[in-house]
Amino acid sequence: MIHFEQVYKDYGRSGPALRGLDLEIRKGEFCFLIGHSGAGKSTLLRLIHMADFPTSGTVRVTGHDTKRLSSREIAHLRRKIGFVFQDFKLLPNRTAAENVAFALEVTGTSRNATKSRVSKLLAQVGLASKAEAYPSELSGGEQQRVAIARALAHSPLVLLADEPTGNLDERAARGILELFRAINAAGTAIVMATHHLDLTRSFPEGRVLELDQGTLVYDSAGGPR
Amino acid sequence: MRHALREALAAFRRSPLLIVFSAAMIGLSLFTVGLFGIGAHNIRQVLDQIESRVEIIAYLRDDIRDDAAELMLAEIRAFPEVEQATYVSRAQALERARREDPVIFADLEVNPLPASIEVRLQPGNRSPEIVERVATRISGYPFVEDLNYGKEWVERIYLLRRIAGATALVVGGAFAAVAILIIGTAIRMAIFARREEIGIMRLVGATDAFISAPFLLEGLLTGLLGAGFALSATFTAYRVLTRAVFPLIWLPHSWVLIGIAAGGLLGLVASAISVRQHLRQL
Repeated sequence: MIHFEQVYKDYGRSGPALRGLDLEIRKGEFCFLIGHSGAGKSTLLRLIHMADFPTSGTVRVTGHDTKRLSSREIAHLRRKIGFVFQDFKLLPNRTAAENVAFALEVTGTSRNATKSRVSKLLAQVGLASKAEAYPSELSGGEQQRVAIARALAHSPLVLLADEPTGNLDERAARGILELFRAINAAGTAIVMATHHLDLTRSFPEGRVLELDQGTLVYDSAGGPR
Repeated sequence: MRHALREALAAFRRSPLLIVFSAAMIGLSLFTVGLFGIGAHNIRQVLDQIESRVEIIAYLRDDIRDDAAELMLAEIRAFPEVEQATYVSRAQALERARREDPVIFADLEVNPLPASIEVRLQPGNRSPEIVERVATRISGYPFVEDLNYGKEWVERIYLLRRIAGATALVVGGAFAAVAILIIGTAIRMAIFARREEIGIMRLVGATDAFISAPFLLEGLLTGLLGAGFALSATFTAYRVLTRAVFPLIWLPHSWVLIGIAAGGLLGLVASAISVRQHLRQL
């Protein structure tokens, strides 16, 4: 579903962020992306999300070479790629329900369809009772659940998560991981960049990819590289 | 589209002062152009009147025969540039002169005045070059003794008109540029205020067209609002000047419509430039 072929990414400061990365992520897979800060984890996620494009090499998402897509095609393809962040990126002046609805509204979903979809999504992440709460009234874990509900709005093929538990305590982090497992069980692939190595151990079925200075140094699916 | 309208109106509610300020600046710019337009329009009306009096007068030799004069008249009338050509006989010339100055021309024994043909050109054919060309053709007739067509006068009128046109372009252009800068800044601030939302819109797969639409609409509405300000200010100025100084002619409807459209277009273009520049950077 996602292919990296000899991908180099150079931001022009302090050496390339990715150096000749080859990687395939299959449908429905659960991948942990580990490595030090600056190892290239976020760059990898940004390249999948088409927020950036490779300096050389090819990134294919559902068969499309990301470099060859128009901005319109990228927008449409992004609806099939959910993204959650360490800092949640919720709009503070909108309720939980409105934050989720926003993802549907701005892609032209009708108001009625949005309403019922939002209730389902909030229920899915266990926040049905907090629909009218503003982000400031929610705990970190709850805010991340809202962000996940938003990322799931268009039933994505893959959910990208950049340190989603970075701002959360142990218990909330485990809750988020459980939620990811449930989402993955329903068929959505997950690519989760994390520092929490113990999380990867608590989910041994997950594939672990380790990056170091822009190269893939370990892949649990293919052994050490 | 409904989203765009809702968001654009929300922007008006969120920062009404900024919107009113940018609309006022567009209004001020268009108001200046409007005042200039009234000036130009009135000058033009006066010029048209003066210009319609531009004539070529061919004085004829005394020994011209009537049939020769008539033939010449018929031929001149057939020139494509000519609107009207009139034969004034010696007797008619004297009669006219007596009406204008009864004292001098009262008791003349001999008529000193020549017969003439007065030629008026069509409205579109009064440029100095055409006047000169027609005059040269008429001077080619054997019975023409002298020719009077106020060459310098014609050229001066045209120069005045050209200066008026050029000034309108320069002043209008300068103000349009200022208006574009101001609206562009307002839109940039609006984009900056909503950068978080825009980032999330991108994140969840909203198209650029969808993201830009509210800002473009905001620019368009601001421009139209500014045009509204300008129109009422210009009309007020026109009324005051007409009452207090001298009667003026109000702008033709087409100019007013063009002015309103220009306001909208200015707003739209300014926001389009700003959106193009700044959405990329977010």
